Amino acid sequence: MSTLQSNLLENHTPTGREEAWRFTPLKRLAGLHDGSAKPSDRESLTLNGIASPGVSFTRSAITATSPSDDAVVNRVRNHTSDGAILAIEKNTVVENPIFLNRCCGGVDSAELSRVQIRLAEHAKATVILENTGDTHLAEDLEIVLAPGSDLTFISLQEWGAKTVYAATHNAIIDRDASLKAIHVTVGGDVVRLLPKVEFVGPGASADLQGVYFATEGQFFEHRMHVDHAVPHAKSNVNYKGALAGKDAHTVWIGDVYIRAAAEGTDTYELNRNLLLTDGARADSVPNLEIETGEIVGAGHASTTGRFDDEQLFYLMSRGIQEADARRLVVRGFFNEVISLIGNEEIQERLMTRIDGELERAGK
Amino acid sequence: MSTLEIRGLKVTVDTEQGVKEILKGVDLTIKSGETHAIMGPNGSGKSTLAYSIAGHPKYTITGGTVTLDGADVLEMSVDERAKAGLFLAMQYPVEVPGVSVSNFLRTAATALRGEAPKLREWVGEVKSAMEGLKMDPSFAQRNVNEGFSGGEKKRHEIMQLELLKPKFAILDETDSGLDVDALRIVSEGVVRAKEANNLGVLLITHYTRILRYIQPDFVHVFAAGKVVEQGGPELAEKLEANGYAEYVGA
Ligand SMILES: Nc1ncnc2c1ncn2[C@@H]1O[C@H](COP(=O)(O)OP(=O)(O)OP(=O)(O)O)[C@@H](O)[C@H]1O
Ligand SMILES: [Mg+2]
Repeated sequence: MSTLQSNLLENHTPTGREEAWRFTPLKRLAGLHDGSAKPSDRESLTLNGIASPGVSFTRSAITATSPSDDAVVNRVRNHTSDGAILAIEKNTVVENPIFLNRCCGGVDSAELSRVQIRLAEHAKATVILENTGDTHLAEDLEIVLAPGSDLTFISLQEWGAKTVYAATHNAIIDRDASLKAIHVTVGGDVVRLLPKVEFVGPGASADLQGVYFATEGQFFEHRMHVDHAVPHAKSNVNYKGALAGKDAHTVWIGDVYIRAAAEGTDTYELNRNLLLTDGARADSVPNLEIETGEIVGAGHASTTGRFDDEQLFYLMSRGIQEADARRLVVRGFFNEVISLIGNEEIQERLMTRIDGELERAGK
Repeated sequence: MSTLEIRGLKVTVDTEQGVKEILKGVDLTIKSGETHAIMGPNGSGKSTLAYSIAGHPKYTITGGTVTLDGADVLEMSVDERAKAGLFLAMQYPVEVPGVSVSNFLRTAATALRGEAPKLREWVGEVKSAMEGLKMDPSFAQRNVNEGFSGGEKKRHEIMQLELLKPKFAILDETDSGLDVDALRIVSEGVVRAKEANNLGVLLITHYTRILRYIQPDFVHVFAAGKVVEQGGPELAEKLEANGYAEYVGA
């Protein structure tokens, strides 16, 4: 059995020894993984504004598109068969971003939430999921892209300091469909987020971009899994993280699996981490498993480095004081990904949050 | 009228083999409006001098003084030195990913002037500075020095010199790597800055060509960590003809 398939956990509670759980602080996971969390009937996900023609947001029974091997996802599925469905009809091109909002949860009980975002053939949309406030949340989110559809999915984790969030965002991408995902995690106590891609038709593509910034005591884990099961699909992963403060801990795992059938695959993954202070820890593990030689390209890179004093010196030598220079460099580091969001207001809000985190962390 | 005065400056760096003394007592006085050329062999410590004056953390000052109109430069942080009126055009300008030239320049100007320049005037200032150095306007949107060619980086340094209006500029091999036309364009920028602000210039170079555009008042020969000879422009011609043999051999 492939090591990248060895995370089958449906029938048992993670102990922390499993490859998929070895970095996660289970004790801080609020029981989301082992069933000890007290389930609530909260349904905190709402659609901002009214749905435009061809778009619907409903709460109804959900049939999982793809089985899961994740303990949290299976707990969510066992708990409820209902969920929120955002559906976009065939050939519908939605001009403005669709805003989904998650706030106002609670930490005395846990929300177990199912979500599906479905684009029918040749539909095109941008969906922005804004997560704020303090909550305990287990989320099973599926993205189902029919042939020729095109989704930009932006998930913003601007959680409050007490949030525990364990989620899988699984994209099932059919022929010639394309996904661009941007995950931004700048808040929460524990965030464990699993962006996954299953290619089910040739010519599909996925671009997974992400940034995270963990400060004192925060644990943020982003664990990709890209499954090239069909020929001629393309994937790109680019995650950038910064850490500051004692016991700030981030984990980035990039599992890319190219099956024997996946001829013509083109994939690249990159993770870069910036350690702003001592006492922080960034784990970064790219995994590439290739079962066919008939591919266009497959590569990965991972770097973890300290703040670049030469950059700081250059900026300061132009009169910019140290704190501002640091802010510029950190903003610059994140800008490559943040600017892809394409919404000035959100970008500035995130940058301001990042400035604030940096300031809080001191030097 | 301002004076930058370097007295008995001694500087070490930490190397893998231990502490190494590079500057061994440098004396140099530059007044507003003056141009001093420094020429000397590779590795003699010219960039070390430039960086030490600017306050690069890699260098440790073990002796001597640097003052600007009597104020102790060595006590100042790097940004304070810039605010006091010092500017270093680097031999190898640093790339700052994700920070646009336009954002960088405006942040620097705001810091140096104590208030944000008025947007409309600022746009005009940047535009004319860029035109002066024949830099395409698209550079404003690019990230600082990222992917710039060697010559473009040097133009960008001198463009900053013109915009930021320091009292003294240290130009560390600004002429290296420039083609014939770029050398003239960049030199003209330096001359404009001199005329506009009565700038004092410390010009580190290996070639006399740039001295035809930026006439030095004094030429200093730098070898093994100190100034070993001083003279007028004719000294540069002599060095070009004879090399440094008589200074390094001894
Ligand atoms: N970290 C270091 N480790 C070892 N030697 C160093 C280090 N930093 C500087 N040096 C040495 O200090 C000396 C002076 O270097 P510097 O860059 O000041 O020379 P320079 O005169 O500017 O030379 P060039 O004309 O080649 O630019 C050189 O011999 C250099 O190798
Ligand atoms: Mg040098």
